[in-house]
Amino acid sequence: MSVDKETVAKIANLARIEVSDNELENTMGELNNILDWVEQLSEVNTDGIEAMTSVVAADLPLREDKITDGGYREEVIKNAPLAEHGFFAVPKVIE
Amino acid sequence: MSKLYPGATGNWEAVIGLEVHAQVISESKLFSGSATAFGAEPNTQVSFVCSAQPGMLPVINQECVRQAVRTGLAMGCQINLRSVFDRKNYFYADLPQGYQISQFKDPIVGEGIVNIELEDGSNKDIGVERLHLEQDAGKSMHDQHPTMTYVDLNRSGVALMEIVSKPEMSTPEEAAEYFKKIRSLVRYAGTCDGNMDQGSMRADVNVSVRRPGEELGTRTETKNVNSIRYVMQVVESEIRRQIDVIEDGGRINQETRLFEVATGTTRTMRSKEEAHDYRYFPDPDLLPLEFSQQFVDDLAKDMPELSDAKKKRFISDLHITPYNAGVLVAEKESADYFEALLSATVEKSEKPTSELGSLVSNWVTGDLFGALNKLGIGITSSPVSISHAAELLSLQIDGTISGRIAKEVFENMLESGKSPEIIVEEKGLKQVSDTGEIEAMIDEILANNVDKVEEYRGGKSKLFGFFVGQVMQKTQGKANPQVVNQLLKPKLDD
Repeated sequence: MSVDKETVAKIANLARIEVSDNELENTMGELNNILDWVEQLSEVNTDGIEAMTSVVAADLPLREDKITDGGYREEVIKNAPLAEHGFFAVPKVIE
Repeated sequence: MSKLYPGATGNWEAVIGLEVHAQVISESKLFSGSATAFGAEPNTQVSFVCSAQPGMLPVINQECVRQAVRTGLAMGCQINLRSVFDRKNYFYADLPQGYQISQFKDPIVGEGIVNIELEDGSNKDIGVERLHLEQDAGKSMHDQHPTMTYVDLNRSGVALMEIVSKPEMSTPEEAAEYFKKIRSLVRYAGTCDGNMDQGSMRADVNVSVRRPGEELGTRTETKNVNSIRYVMQVVESEIRRQIDVIEDGGRINQETRLFEVATGTTRTMRSKEEAHDYRYFPDPDLLPLEFSQQFVDDLAKDMPELSDAKKKRFISDLHITPYNAGVLVAEKESADYFEALLSATVEKSEKPTSELGSLVSNWVTGDLFGALNKLGIGITSSPVSISHAAELLSLQIDGTISGRIAKEVFENMLESGKSPEIIVEEKGLKQVSDTGEIEAMIDEILANNVDKVEEYRGGKSKLFGFFVGQVMQKTQGKANPQVVNQLLKPKLDD
Protein backbone atom coordinates (compact mmCIF):
# COMPACT_ATOMS: atom_id res chain seq x y z
CA MET A 1 0.00 0.00 0.00
CA SER A 2 1.21 3.46 -0.84
CA VAL A 3 -0.15 6.97 -1.12
CA ASP A 4 0.22 9.51 -3.91
CA LYS A 5 0.59 13.27 -3.61
CA GLU A 6 -3.10 13.85 -4.09
CA THR A 7 -3.99 11.52 -1.23
CA VAL A 8 -1.46 13.20 1.04
CA ALA A 9 -2.98 16.58 0.23
CA LYS A 10 -6.44 15.23 0.98
CA ILE A 11 -5.43 13.68 4.30
CA ALA A 12 -3.65 16.89 5.30
CA ASN A 13 -6.76 18.89 4.52
CA LEU A 14 -9.03 16.51 6.46
CA ALA A 15 -6.70 16.76 9.44
CA ARG A 16 -6.47 20.55 9.03
CA ILE A 17 -2.69 20.38 8.79
CA GLU A 18 -1.06 22.78 6.37
CA VAL A 19 1.29 21.02 4.00
CA SER A 20 2.64 23.30 1.31
CA ASP A 21 3.15 22.08 -2.27
CA ASN A 22 6.92 21.76 -1.93
CA GLU A 23 6.48 19.78 1.32
CA LEU A 24 4.10 17.33 -0.35
CA GLU A 25 6.76 15.29 -2.10
CA ASN A 26 8.79 14.83 1.06
CA THR A 27 5.73 14.04 3.22
CA MET A 28 4.55 11.48 0.68
CA GLY A 29 7.93 9.76 0.84
CA GLU A 30 7.90 9.67 4.64
CA LEU A 31 4.37 8.29 4.76
CA ASN A 32 5.17 5.61 2.19
CA ASN A 33 8.23 4.59 4.19
CA ILE A 34 6.04 4.11 7.24
CA LEU A 35 3.46 2.19 5.23
CA ASP A 36 6.13 -0.07 3.78
CA TRP A 37 7.47 -0.78 7.22
CA VAL A 38 4.00 -1.62 8.61
CA GLU A 39 3.42 -3.72 5.52
CA GLN A 40 5.82 -6.32 6.94
CA LEU A 41 3.03 -7.34 9.31
CA SER A 42 1.11 -8.82 6.40
CA GLU A 43 3.74 -11.55 6.21
CA VAL A 44 2.24 -13.01 9.37
CA ASN A 45 -0.81 -15.22 8.92
CA THR A 46 -3.54 -13.78 11.18
CA ASP A 47 -6.47 -15.84 9.88
CA GLY A 48 -8.94 -16.53 12.65
CA ILE A 49 -7.08 -14.42 15.19
CA GLU A 50 -9.14 -11.78 16.95
CA ALA A 51 -7.96 -8.21 16.78
CA MET A 52 -6.02 -7.20 19.86
CA THR A 53 -7.46 -4.14 21.57
CA SER A 54 -5.09 -3.84 24.48
CA VAL A 55 -1.70 -5.13 25.50
CA VAL A 56 -2.96 -5.82 29.03
CA ALA A 57 -5.88 -8.06 29.92
CA ALA A 58 -8.24 -5.45 31.29
CA ASP A 59 -11.95 -4.73 31.23
CA LEU A 60 -13.44 -1.39 30.34
CA PRO A 61 -13.91 0.40 33.65
CA LEU A 62 -17.45 1.68 34.25
CA ARG A 63 -18.43 4.72 36.30
CA GLU A 64 -21.50 5.25 38.43
CA ASP A 65 -24.00 7.77 37.15
CA LYS A 66 -23.10 10.59 39.53
CA ILE A 67 -22.37 14.25 38.96
CA THR A 68 -18.75 14.57 40.01
CA ASP A 69 -17.34 17.16 37.64
CA GLY A 70 -18.03 20.45 35.87
CA GLY A 71 -19.21 23.71 37.37
CA TYR A 72 -15.98 25.61 36.77
CA ARG A 73 -16.77 27.70 33.72
CA GLU A 74 -14.02 30.26 34.25
CA GLU A 75 -11.36 27.56 34.11
CA VAL A 76 -12.94 25.88 31.09
CA ILE A 77 -12.98 29.06 29.01
CA LYS A 78 -9.76 30.47 30.43
CA ASN A 79 -7.63 29.46 27.44
CA ALA A 80 -10.18 30.34 24.78
CA PRO A 81 -8.85 32.97 22.36
CA LEU A 82 -12.16 34.75 22.83
CA ALA A 83 -15.06 34.23 25.21
CA GLU A 84 -18.14 36.41 25.64
CA HIS A 85 -21.01 36.14 28.12
CA GLY A 86 -19.74 32.74 29.22
CA PHE A 87 -19.72 31.34 25.68
CA PHE A 88 -16.74 30.44 23.53
CA ALA A 89 -16.81 32.97 20.72
CA VAL A 90 -15.55 31.83 17.32
CA PRO A 91 -15.66 33.32 13.83
CA LYS A 92 -19.17 32.87 12.47
CA VAL A 93 -19.77 29.39 11.07
CA ILE A 94 -23.00 28.67 9.27
CA GLU A 95 -23.54 25.69 7.03
CA MET B 1 -48.06 -3.30 -1.40
CA SER B 2 -46.58 0.13 -0.99
CA LYS B 3 -48.29 3.33 -2.01
CA LEU B 4 -47.61 4.68 -5.49
CA TYR B 5 -46.96 8.30 -6.35
CA PRO B 6 -48.05 9.29 -9.84
CA GLY B 7 -45.66 11.39 -11.90
CA ALA B 8 -45.90 12.75 -15.45
CA THR B 9 -44.20 9.63 -16.81
CA GLY B 10 -45.78 6.96 -14.63
CA ASN B 11 -45.87 5.75 -11.07
CA TRP B 12 -43.14 5.99 -8.46
CA GLU B 13 -42.68 4.52 -5.05
CA ALA B 14 -40.78 5.99 -2.13
CA VAL B 15 -38.26 4.32 0.17
CA ILE B 16 -37.84 5.95 3.56
CA GLY B 17 -35.49 5.28 6.45
CA LEU B 18 -35.08 7.17 9.71
CA GLU B 19 -32.12 7.73 12.01
CA VAL B 20 -33.54 8.80 15.34
CA HIS B 21 -31.25 10.52 17.83
CA ALA B 22 -32.53 10.13 21.36
CA GLN B 23 -30.80 11.76 24.31
CA VAL B 24 -30.28 9.26 27.12
CA ILE B 25 -31.82 10.02 30.52
CA SER B 26 -28.87 10.07 32.92
CA GLU B 27 -27.58 12.37 35.63
CA SER B 28 -24.13 12.75 34.14
CA LYS B 29 -22.58 12.56 30.70
CA LEU B 30 -21.51 9.49 28.73
CA PHE B 31 -17.79 9.84 29.39
CA SER B 32 -17.54 12.55 32.04
CA GLY B 33 -19.04 13.34 35.43
CA SER B 34 -20.57 16.69 34.49
CA ALA B 35 -24.31 17.23 34.67
CA THR B 36 -26.78 16.81 31.80
CA ALA B 37 -29.75 18.92 32.96
CA PHE B 38 -31.28 21.11 30.26
CA GLY B 39 -31.26 24.91 30.47
CA ALA B 40 -28.21 25.61 32.65
CA GLU B 41 -26.08 28.73 32.20
CA PRO B 42 -23.67 28.30 29.26
CA ASN B 43 -20.57 26.19 29.89
CA THR B 44 -21.41 25.56 33.55
CA GLN B 45 -21.91 21.83 33.01
CA VAL B 46 -18.58 21.29 31.34
CA SER B 47 -15.56 19.40 32.65
CA PHE B 48 -12.05 19.24 31.28
CA VAL B 49 -13.10 15.97 29.60
CA CYS B 50 -16.10 17.41 27.72
CA SER B 51 -14.11 20.46 26.70
CA ALA B 52 -11.38 18.12 25.40
CA GLN B 53 -8.47 19.56 27.36
CA PRO B 54 -5.20 17.76 26.59
CA GLY B 55 -4.60 14.49 28.41
CA MET B 56 -8.16 13.93 29.61
CA LEU B 57 -9.50 10.39 29.30
CA PRO B 58 -13.08 9.15 28.88
CA VAL B 59 -14.64 6.80 31.48
CA ILE B 60 -17.99 5.34 30.48
CA ASN B 61 -21.18 5.89 32.53
CA GLN B 62 -22.74 2.48 33.28
CA GLU B 63 -26.24 3.92 33.46
CA CYS B 64 -25.98 5.01 29.81
CA VAL B 65 -25.04 1.44 28.93
CA ARG B 66 -28.10 0.15 30.80
CA GLN B 67 -30.34 2.69 29.11
CA ALA B 68 -29.14 1.63 25.65
CA VAL B 69 -29.77 -2.03 26.49
CA ARG B 70 -33.24 -1.24 27.88
CA THR B 71 -34.09 0.64 24.70
CA GLY B 72 -32.86 -2.29 22.63
CA LEU B 73 -35.03 -4.66 24.65
CA ALA B 74 -38.04 -2.36 24.20
CA MET B 75 -37.59 -2.65 20.42
CA GLY B 76 -37.13 -6.40 20.59
CA CYS B 77 -33.57 -6.07 19.35
CA GLN B 78 -30.61 -8.36 19.61
CA ILE B 79 -28.27 -7.12 22.35
CA ASN B 80 -24.58 -7.36 21.56
CA LEU B 81 -22.56 -8.48 24.58
CA ARG B 82 -19.47 -6.93 23.05
CA SER B 83 -19.37 -3.60 21.28
CA VAL B 84 -16.66 -1.15 20.30
CA PHE B 85 -16.32 2.62 20.44
CA ASP B 86 -14.90 4.37 17.41
CA ARG B 87 -13.83 7.88 16.62
CA LYS B 88 -15.76 9.73 13.94
CA ASN B 89 -13.46 12.50 12.83
CA TYR B 90 -14.60 15.93 11.69
CA PHE B 91 -13.99 19.54 12.61
CA TYR B 92 -16.66 21.86 13.86
CA ALA B 93 -16.65 24.63 16.44
CA ASP B 94 -18.97 22.80 18.82
CA LEU B 95 -16.96 19.56 18.71
CA PRO B 96 -13.92 20.31 20.86
CA GLN B 97 -12.31 16.86 20.51
CA GLY B 98 -12.23 17.07 16.73
CA TYR B 99 -13.98 13.70 16.74
CA GLN B 100 -17.17 12.24 18.12
CA ILE B 101 -16.92 9.01 20.10
CA SER B 102 -19.50 6.75 18.47
CA GLN B 103 -19.94 3.10 17.55
CA PHE B 104 -19.42 2.21 13.94
CA LYS B 105 -18.75 -1.44 13.17
CA ASP B 106 -19.89 -3.10 16.38
CA PRO B 107 -22.87 -1.32 17.96
CA ILE B 108 -24.29 -2.22 21.38
CA VAL B 109 -27.70 -3.14 19.92
CA GLY B 110 -28.43 -5.02 16.70
CA GLU B 111 -31.51 -5.83 14.68
CA GLY B 112 -35.09 -5.69 15.91
CA ILE B 113 -38.62 -4.93 14.82
CA VAL B 114 -41.17 -2.36 15.84
CA ASN B 115 -44.80 -2.58 14.89
CA ILE B 116 -46.72 0.49 13.80
CA GLU B 117 -50.46 0.97 13.49
CA LEU B 118 -51.76 3.00 10.57
CA GLU B 119 -54.86 5.12 10.34
CA ASP B 120 -56.79 2.52 8.34
CA GLY B 121 -56.32 0.08 11.23
CA SER B 122 -53.66 -2.00 9.48
CA ASN B 123 -50.32 -2.83 11.06
CA LYS B 124 -46.83 -2.92 9.64
CA ASP B 125 -43.51 -4.19 10.97
CA ILE B 126 -40.58 -1.84 10.50
CA GLY B 127 -37.12 -3.29 10.92
CA VAL B 128 -34.59 -1.66 13.22
CA GLU B 129 -31.07 -1.99 11.87
CA ARG B 130 -29.15 -1.04 15.01
CA LEU B 131 -28.82 1.26 17.99
CA HIS B 132 -25.48 2.71 18.99
CA LEU B 133 -24.24 4.95 21.77
CA GLU B 134 -22.46 8.19 20.96
CA GLN B 135 -21.62 11.63 22.31
CA ASP B 136 -23.73 14.66 21.57
CA ALA B 137 -21.96 17.80 20.35
CA GLY B 138 -22.13 21.27 21.94
CA LYS B 139 -24.52 23.93 20.78
CA SER B 140 -23.63 26.71 18.34
CA MET B 141 -25.60 29.94 18.36
CA HIS B 142 -25.24 31.94 15.20
CA ASP B 143 -27.69 34.76 15.88
CA GLN B 144 -26.23 36.34 19.03
CA HIS B 145 -23.48 38.38 17.46
CA PRO B 146 -23.02 39.88 13.95
CA THR B 147 -19.68 38.25 13.20
CA MET B 148 -19.22 35.59 15.87
CA THR B 149 -20.75 32.22 16.65
CA TYR B 150 -21.24 31.50 20.35
CA VAL B 151 -20.53 27.98 21.54
CA ASP B 152 -21.99 26.37 24.66
CA LEU B 153 -20.51 22.99 25.56
CA ASN B 154 -23.12 21.99 28.17
CA ARG B 155 -24.54 19.43 25.75
CA SER B 156 -21.11 18.28 24.64
CA GLY B 157 -20.64 14.66 25.70
CA VAL B 158 -24.23 13.97 26.74
CA ALA B 159 -25.12 10.39 25.75
CA LEU B 160 -27.16 9.87 22.61
CA MET B 161 -28.71 6.73 21.23
CA GLU B 162 -28.83 6.68 17.46
CA ILE B 163 -31.58 4.31 16.37
CA VAL B 164 -31.32 3.40 12.70
CA SER B 165 -34.31 1.93 10.91
CA LYS B 166 -34.21 -0.25 7.85
CA PRO B 167 -35.41 1.54 4.71
CA GLU B 168 -38.79 -0.11 5.06
CA MET B 169 -41.23 2.79 5.13
CA SER B 170 -42.94 4.06 2.02
CA THR B 171 -45.27 6.89 3.02
CA PRO B 172 -45.14 10.04 5.16
CA GLU B 173 -47.69 8.44 7.48
CA GLU B 174 -45.52 5.36 8.03
CA ALA B 175 -42.50 7.54 8.79
CA ALA B 176 -44.52 9.60 11.26
CA GLU B 177 -46.00 6.52 12.95
CA TYR B 178 -42.58 4.92 13.24
CA PHE B 179 -41.12 8.08 14.78
CA LYS B 180 -44.07 8.24 17.20
CA LYS B 181 -43.60 4.59 18.10
CA ILE B 182 -39.90 5.01 18.86
CA ARG B 183 -40.74 8.04 20.99
CA SER B 184 -43.39 6.07 22.85
CA LEU B 185 -41.03 3.13 23.42
CA VAL B 186 -38.18 5.23 24.85
CA ARG B 187 -40.59 7.20 27.02
CA TYR B 188 -42.24 4.07 28.42
CA ALA B 189 -38.85 2.46 28.94
CA GLY B 190 -37.71 5.65 30.71
CA THR B 191 -34.59 5.93 28.58
CA CYS B 192 -35.27 9.28 26.84
CA ASP B 193 -37.75 12.02 27.70
CA GLY B 194 -38.75 12.40 24.04
CA ASN B 195 -38.85 16.17 24.43
CA MET B 196 -38.43 17.47 20.90
CA ASP B 197 -38.63 21.17 21.81
CA GLN B 198 -35.48 20.80 23.89
CA GLY B 199 -33.80 18.73 21.22
CA SER B 200 -33.84 15.49 23.25
CA MET B 201 -35.17 13.73 20.20
CA ARG B 202 -34.60 14.44 16.53
CA ALA B 203 -34.52 12.49 13.30
CA ASP B 204 -32.44 12.39 10.14
CA VAL B 205 -34.83 11.48 7.34
CA ASN B 206 -33.57 9.46 4.37
CA VAL B 207 -35.73 9.47 1.26
CA SER B 208 -35.34 8.07 -2.23
CA VAL B 209 -37.77 7.25 -5.04
CA ARG B 210 -37.79 4.51 -7.65
CA ARG B 211 -39.98 2.85 -10.21
CA PRO B 212 -42.05 0.16 -8.47
CA GLY B 213 -39.98 -2.93 -7.81
CA GLU B 214 -36.80 -1.53 -9.35
CA GLU B 215 -33.40 -0.91 -7.77
CA LEU B 216 -33.10 1.68 -5.01
CA GLY B 217 -32.71 5.27 -6.16
CA THR B 218 -30.18 7.77 -4.81
CA ARG B 219 -31.20 9.02 -1.38
CA THR B 220 -31.02 12.36 0.32
CA GLU B 221 -30.68 12.86 4.04
CA THR B 222 -32.50 15.70 5.77
CA LYS B 223 -30.89 16.45 9.14
CA ASN B 224 -32.22 17.31 12.58
CA VAL B 225 -35.96 17.17 12.01
CA ASN B 226 -37.51 17.74 15.41
CA SER B 227 -41.25 17.09 15.20
CA ILE B 228 -43.52 14.38 13.92
CA ARG B 229 -45.30 16.81 11.63
CA TYR B 230 -41.99 18.02 10.18
CA VAL B 231 -40.96 14.43 9.44
CA MET B 232 -44.13 14.05 7.37
CA GLN B 233 -43.47 17.35 5.57
CA VAL B 234 -39.88 16.39 4.79
CA VAL B 235 -40.96 13.06 3.34
CA GLU B 236 -43.78 14.58 1.32
CA SER B 237 -41.70 17.39 -0.14
CA GLU B 238 -38.69 15.18 -0.88
CA ILE B 239 -40.79 12.60 -2.72
CA ARG B 240 -42.36 15.35 -4.82
CA ARG B 241 -39.07 17.13 -5.46
CA GLN B 242 -37.18 13.98 -6.42
CA ILE B 243 -39.88 12.82 -8.82
CA ASP B 244 -39.88 16.26 -10.47
CA VAL B 245 -36.09 16.34 -10.78
CA ILE B 246 -35.89 12.88 -12.32
CA GLU B 247 -38.82 13.41 -14.67
CA ASP B 248 -37.21 16.64 -15.87
CA GLY B 249 -34.18 14.59 -16.86
CA GLY B 250 -32.10 15.51 -13.82
CA ARG B 251 -30.26 13.39 -11.29
CA ILE B 252 -30.60 13.19 -7.51
CA ASN B 253 -27.38 14.01 -5.70
CA GLN B 254 -26.61 12.03 -2.60
CA GLU B 255 -26.53 14.99 -0.26
CA THR B 256 -27.47 16.38 3.12
CA ARG B 257 -30.45 18.71 3.16
CA LEU B 258 -31.99 21.08 5.66
CA PHE B 259 -35.66 21.40 6.52
CA GLU B 260 -37.11 24.89 6.37
CA VAL B 261 -40.02 25.24 8.73
CA ALA B 262 -41.34 28.38 7.02
CA THR B 263 -41.90 26.71 3.65
CA GLY B 264 -42.28 23.09 4.76
CA THR B 265 -39.66 22.09 2.19
CA THR B 266 -36.00 21.10 2.19
CA ARG B 267 -33.00 22.83 0.69
CA THR B 268 -29.50 21.66 0.03
CA MET B 269 -26.89 22.46 2.65
CA ARG B 270 -24.03 24.39 1.17
CA SER B 271 -21.95 21.31 0.49
CA LYS B 272 -18.32 21.41 1.46
CA GLU B 273 -15.74 20.84 -1.19
CA GLU B 274 -14.64 17.64 0.49
CA ALA B 275 -17.27 14.98 0.77
CA HIS B 276 -17.62 13.71 4.33
CA ASP B 277 -14.83 11.36 5.13
CA TYR B 278 -15.04 10.51 8.81
CA ARG B 279 -12.05 8.14 8.92
CA TYR B 280 -13.58 5.97 11.65
CA PHE B 281 -11.19 3.95 13.75
CA PRO B 282 -11.45 2.23 17.17
CA ASP B 283 -10.95 4.76 19.96
CA PRO B 284 -7.60 3.84 21.58
CA ASP B 285 -8.79 5.45 24.85
CA LEU B 286 -11.59 2.92 25.31
CA LEU B 287 -11.53 -0.85 25.59
CA PRO B 288 -14.41 -2.77 24.01
CA LEU B 289 -17.62 -2.63 26.05
CA GLU B 290 -18.41 -6.12 27.32
CA PHE B 291 -21.14 -7.41 29.63
CA SER B 292 -22.78 -10.76 30.43
CA GLN B 293 -26.09 -12.20 29.33
CA GLN B 294 -27.00 -12.11 33.02
CA PHE B 295 -26.65 -8.31 32.95
CA VAL B 296 -29.09 -8.18 30.04
CA ASP B 297 -31.50 -10.66 31.65
CA ASP B 298 -31.59 -8.63 34.87
CA LEU B 299 -32.46 -5.49 32.93
CA ALA B 300 -35.12 -7.41 30.98
CA LYS B 301 -36.74 -8.53 34.23
CA ASP B 302 -37.13 -4.94 35.39
CA MET B 303 -38.56 -3.56 32.16
CA PRO B 304 -41.80 -1.62 32.64
CA GLU B 305 -44.92 -2.54 30.69
CA LEU B 306 -44.74 -0.94 27.23
CA SER B 307 -47.57 0.65 25.30
CA ASP B 308 -48.56 -2.33 23.14
CA ALA B 309 -48.83 -4.69 26.12
CA LYS B 310 -50.65 -2.05 28.11
CA LYS B 311 -53.16 -1.49 25.35
CA LYS B 312 -53.84 -5.21 25.10
CA ARG B 313 -54.34 -5.47 28.85
CA PHE B 314 -56.66 -2.46 28.92
CA ILE B 315 -58.85 -4.07 26.27
CA SER B 316 -58.89 -7.64 27.62
CA ASP B 317 -58.83 -7.12 31.39
CA LEU B 318 -60.50 -3.75 31.80
CA HIS B 319 -63.02 -4.03 28.95
CA ILE B 320 -62.00 -0.68 27.49
CA THR B 321 -62.77 -0.02 23.83
CA PRO B 322 -59.75 -0.39 21.52
CA TYR B 323 -60.14 3.27 20.55
CA ASN B 324 -60.05 4.52 24.13
CA ALA B 325 -57.19 2.16 24.96
CA GLY B 326 -55.23 3.56 22.02
CA VAL B 327 -55.84 7.14 23.17
CA LEU B 328 -54.81 6.33 26.73
CA VAL B 329 -51.54 4.59 25.90
CA ALA B 330 -50.44 7.11 23.25
CA GLU B 331 -48.75 9.22 25.91
CA LYS B 332 -47.22 7.59 28.95
CA GLU B 333 -48.54 10.36 31.22
CA SER B 334 -52.12 9.69 30.09
CA ALA B 335 -51.80 5.98 30.79
CA ASP B 336 -50.21 6.72 34.18
CA TYR B 337 -53.00 9.16 35.10
CA PHE B 338 -55.67 6.70 34.01
CA GLU B 339 -54.19 3.81 35.98
CA ALA B 340 -53.70 5.91 39.09
CA LEU B 341 -57.26 7.20 38.83
CA LEU B 342 -58.64 3.72 38.25
CA SER B 343 -57.00 2.31 41.35
CA ALA B 344 -58.01 5.35 43.42
CA THR B 345 -61.60 4.93 42.22
CA VAL B 346 -61.54 1.21 42.97
CA GLU B 347 -60.37 1.95 46.47
CA LYS B 348 -62.92 4.68 47.06
CA SER B 349 -65.95 2.96 45.55
CA GLU B 350 -65.01 -0.59 46.60
CA LYS B 351 -66.09 -1.91 43.22
CA PRO B 352 -63.94 -4.39 41.24
CA THR B 353 -61.44 -3.00 38.71
CA SER B 354 -63.00 -4.82 35.78
CA GLU B 355 -66.32 -3.04 36.37
CA LEU B 356 -64.83 0.43 36.50
CA GLY B 357 -62.36 0.38 33.60
CA SER B 358 -64.86 1.45 31.02
CA LEU B 359 -66.40 4.25 33.10
CA VAL B 360 -63.04 5.68 34.16
CA SER B 361 -61.60 5.47 30.63
CA ASN B 362 -64.64 7.23 29.19
CA TRP B 363 -64.34 9.97 31.75
CA VAL B 364 -60.59 10.46 31.17
CA THR B 365 -60.73 10.41 27.37
CA GLY B 366 -64.01 12.35 27.19
CA ASP B 367 -64.63 14.81 30.02
CA LEU B 368 -61.07 15.31 31.23
CA PHE B 369 -59.29 15.42 27.85
CA GLY B 370 -62.04 17.69 26.50
CA ALA B 371 -61.52 20.13 29.35
CA LEU B 372 -57.71 19.98 29.09
CA ASN B 373 -57.91 20.61 25.35
CA LYS B 374 -60.05 23.67 25.92
CA LEU B 375 -57.57 24.94 28.49
CA GLY B 376 -54.69 24.10 26.16
CA ILE B 377 -52.76 22.19 28.81
CA GLY B 378 -51.38 18.68 29.12
CA ILE B 379 -52.40 15.99 31.56
CA THR B 380 -49.43 16.58 33.84
CA SER B 381 -50.72 20.07 34.61
CA SER B 382 -54.32 18.92 35.05
CA PRO B 383 -56.12 21.19 37.53
CA VAL B 384 -58.07 18.16 38.77
CA SER B 385 -56.09 15.89 41.07
CA ILE B 386 -56.37 12.11 41.00
CA SER B 387 -58.04 12.05 44.42
CA HIS B 388 -60.65 14.65 43.45
CA ALA B 389 -61.39 12.84 40.20
CA ALA B 390 -61.77 9.53 42.04
CA GLU B 391 -64.12 11.22 44.48
CA LEU B 392 -66.23 12.56 41.64
CA LEU B 393 -66.48 9.21 39.90
CA SER B 394 -67.29 7.46 43.18
CA LEU B 395 -70.12 9.89 43.87
CA GLN B 396 -71.51 8.94 40.49
CA ILE B 397 -70.94 5.21 41.01
CA ASP B 398 -72.65 5.06 44.40
CA GLY B 399 -75.61 7.03 43.06
CA THR B 400 -75.06 10.18 45.12
CA ILE B 401 -75.14 12.21 41.93
CA SER B 402 -76.30 11.46 38.40
CA GLY B 403 -74.06 11.47 35.34
CA ARG B 404 -75.48 14.83 34.31
CA ILE B 405 -74.82 16.41 37.68
CA ALA B 406 -71.34 14.89 37.62
CA LYS B 407 -70.55 16.97 34.52
CA GLU B 408 -71.80 20.08 36.30
CA VAL B 409 -69.70 19.31 39.38
CA PHE B 410 -66.67 18.71 37.13
CA GLU B 411 -67.06 22.16 35.54
CA ASN B 412 -67.15 23.62 39.00
CA MET B 413 -64.07 21.65 40.06
CA LEU B 414 -62.11 23.05 37.12
CA GLU B 415 -62.98 26.58 38.15
CA SER B 416 -62.80 26.38 41.92
CA GLY B 417 -60.37 23.52 42.52
CA LYS B 418 -62.70 22.39 45.31
CA SER B 419 -63.35 18.78 46.18
CA PRO B 420 -66.47 17.35 44.51
CA GLU B 421 -67.92 16.24 47.85
CA ILE B 422 -67.81 19.81 49.08
CA ILE B 423 -69.31 21.15 45.85
CA VAL B 424 -72.16 18.63 46.02
CA GLU B 425 -72.75 19.51 49.66
CA GLU B 426 -72.60 23.28 49.17
CA LYS B 427 -74.83 23.33 46.14
CA GLY B 428 -77.22 20.65 47.38
CA LEU B 429 -76.71 18.50 44.30
CA LYS B 430 -77.24 15.13 45.94
CA GLN B 431 -79.30 12.83 43.82
CA VAL B 432 -82.78 12.12 45.14
CA SER B 433 -83.15 8.35 45.38
CA ASP B 434 -85.73 8.40 48.14
CA THR B 435 -88.56 6.44 46.54
CA GLY B 436 -91.21 8.02 48.73
CA GLU B 437 -90.19 11.52 47.76
CA ILE B 438 -90.01 10.72 44.06
CA GLU B 439 -93.27 8.80 44.13
CA ALA B 440 -95.05 11.79 45.64
CA MET B 441 -93.62 13.98 42.90
CA ILE B 442 -94.74 11.58 40.19
CA ASP B 443 -98.26 11.45 41.60
CA GLU B 444 -98.41 15.21 41.55
CA ILE B 445 -97.13 15.43 37.97
CA LEU B 446 -99.56 12.80 36.73
CA ALA B 447 -102.42 14.62 38.44
CA ASN B 448 -101.44 17.90 36.79
CA ASN B 449 -101.12 16.40 33.33
CA VAL B 450 -104.19 14.23 32.98
CA ASP B 451 -104.44 14.93 29.24
CA LYS B 452 -100.87 13.75 28.58
CA VAL B 453 -101.48 10.65 30.68
CA GLU B 454 -104.50 9.84 28.53
CA GLU B 455 -102.51 10.33 25.32
CA TYR B 456 -99.76 8.04 26.66
CA ARG B 457 -102.21 5.36 27.57
CA GLY B 458 -103.78 5.81 24.16
CA GLY B 459 -100.51 4.60 22.61
CA LYS B 460 -98.26 7.70 22.44
CA SER B 461 -95.50 5.95 24.36
CA LYS B 462 -92.94 8.59 23.42
CA LEU B 463 -94.49 10.77 26.10
CA PHE B 464 -92.69 8.68 28.70
CA GLY B 465 -89.71 10.96 28.27
CA PHE B 466 -91.86 13.97 28.95
CA PHE B 467 -92.82 12.64 32.38
CA VAL B 468 -89.22 11.81 33.23
CA GLY B 469 -88.31 15.33 32.17
CA GLN B 470 -90.92 16.78 34.48
CA VAL B 471 -89.51 14.90 37.45
CA MET B 472 -86.00 16.05 36.56
CA GLN B 473 -87.15 19.63 36.25
CA LYS B 474 -88.78 19.49 39.64
CA THR B 475 -85.61 18.18 41.23
CA GLN B 476 -83.17 20.28 39.14
CA GLY B 477 -81.82 17.09 37.66
CA LYS B 478 -81.14 15.49 40.99
CA ALA B 479 -83.65 12.64 40.80
CA ASN B 480 -82.04 9.27 40.29
CA PRO B 481 -83.15 8.44 36.73
CA GLN B 482 -83.29 4.71 37.38
CA VAL B 483 -85.56 5.16 40.38
CA VAL B 484 -87.75 7.53 38.36
CA ASN B 485 -88.10 4.98 35.56
CA GLN B 486 -88.88 2.17 37.96
CA LEU B 487 -91.61 4.14 39.72
CA LEU B 488 -93.08 5.90 36.72
CA LYS B 489 -93.59 2.91 34.46
CA PRO B 490 -96.09 0.96 36.60
CA LYS B 491 -98.01 4.12 37.45
CA LEU B 492 -98.48 5.10 33.81
CA ASP B 493 -99.26 1.58 32.69
CA ASP B 494 -101.90 1.13 35.37
